[in-house]
Amino acid sequence: MNDRTLRGRVAVVGVGETPYYKRGQSPDAEFKLALQAIVTACANAGISPKDVDGFASFSNDRSDASRLAAALGIKDLRHASMQWGGGGGGGSGAIANGAAAVATGQAECVVVFRALAQGQFGRFGQGMRGQRISGEFAHTIPYGLMSPAQMFAMKVQRFMHDHGVDQSALRAISLASYAHAQANPRAVMYGQPLDEAKYDASRWIVEPFHLYDCCQENDGAAAMVLVSAERAADFDHPPCYVLSAVAGSHYRAGAPVHNTPDYATSTFKTLAPRLFDMAQVTPTDVDVLQSYENFTGGVLMSIVEHGFCEPDEANEFFQVKNLLAPNGTLPLNTSGGNLAECYMHGLGLNIEAVRQIWGQSTSQVKGAEVSMVISGPMVTPVSACIFGAEATL
Amino acid sequence: MNAPYLKPGLAGPVASPDGLDAPFWQGAREERLLLQRCGSCKRWQWGPEWICHRCLSFDLRYEETAPRGVIYSYERVWHAVHPALKDQGPYLIVLVELPDADGVRLVGNLLGDPRASADIGTRVNGVFEHHNDAEPPFTLLQWTRAT
Repeated sequence: MNDRTLRGRVAVVGVGETPYYKRGQSPDAEFKLALQAIVTACANAGISPKDVDGFASFSNDRSDASRLAAALGIKDLRHASMQWGGGGGGGSGAIANGAAAVATGQAECVVVFRALAQGQFGRFGQGMRGQRISGEFAHTIPYGLMSPAQMFAMKVQRFMHDHGVDQSALRAISLASYAHAQANPRAVMYGQPLDEAKYDASRWIVEPFHLYDCCQENDGAAAMVLVSAERAADFDHPPCYVLSAVAGSHYRAGAPVHNTPDYATSTFKTLAPRLFDMAQVTPTDVDVLQSYENFTGGVLMSIVEHGFCEPDEANEFFQVKNLLAPNGTLPLNTSGGNLAECYMHGLGLNIEAVRQIWGQSTSQVKGAEVSMVISGPMVTPVSACIFGAEATL
Repeated sequence: MNAPYLKPGLAGPVASPDGLDAPFWQGAREERLLLQRCGSCKRWQWGPEWICHRCLSFDLRYEETAPRGVIYSYERVWHAVHPALKDQGPYLIVLVELPDADGVRLVGNLLGDPRASADIGTRVNGVFEHHNDAEPPFTLLQWTRAT
């Protein structure tokens, strides 16, 4: 047996989130949201927060691990890790870091979390202000290229050009998220369905992204409790094992000013083989997929790069019926995802993937045993993970 | 001098405090495109960096290359995220690849009708857009379709 793997060594035993709010509408401060999500996840696991001994987060989360440990009265903090990189690229990477700590005996019980209160701390989707700009952004902002949508539309445009992908592929991804959100009372877009006509009539943000191709911006927090596989049987939930969790990026993905050699990519080409190798599954084994939608074009490229679809077959593959639970060929973003449930930098997608294993999704895929998450396409580093039910070990 | 492509009010570029890209911005003021070239392996490199990613030489120099290239990708922006562009209307951003300089890429605007096509592969030439009244003054490298 290869000891250098996470496969089957760590289990998720609790998940939790605060109510999800539209951007700026949280009644609570960001740090309080983090505490609420952690306490809720621990209650879901049936443990005291005082028994947590590690925290893992990403995207430069402001809720400091030592302050959390102090606030919660944690007895013995043994692990505190932050995955480098912005956006949601680190969601599954934080799970990898936390799981690695548990698997190697550095910690017993790690909480992975993310908290955001953009009303308190400012928005992601706005351009930078100020009279002067230096560094890498000096080579983009004066030309009006400053928001995440503008940074990534350039990649997607090139990919769609290279492979003849139609706008309908992006639309199908958006419609699938909104359809699933209509079954999920937690979703911010619950009760606000989307159809083809409404999508087509929506304004352009930046071509090829309509309004509904872009994620929300939200306030809230989400958390997940990890323990060793040996302890998983002591908890109420059916075991949900980490089969694989990987992070990284391809050659010179971070080359400045849009100079990465392989440009029109979601950054997953080198991760995907590692992800499936560790999990010992193939794309056809995946029962349900959560794929981070900062923008639908990132989902398009992510799904292609993980081998679910050939790039030149995207127009046939990306049809709504293929993406809907319970019977689609690849049920996608079954909570409503970042587009329609909540943009919690994607950690909500990881929670939804666990709920699919537990049989608790509001758009449940019957008998889901292999549940996969793709975190934060087009940034660097990105990450991904696969959860498995007992039968997968 | 023609009016700038975008309405005024966006942040103006200044050289980074560590000086890494200062020759680029100074060159633009003089209507010269200066990019990094490795003194050891002679290959071009951009964006600005301290080391040659190919041969790991620190002998990176700024050399002049012709401002001509092809559109590698483009985007038409409709939703302004900055107040200065509230009344701008759509505008075109292009990512231009420079075949004369090992295919390095630059971001700029495509001058002309913002609603016209900006097809990938279109040949473009550089146009230096001076902002002499800015404090400090600066110059952007913009692009126009080659005729």
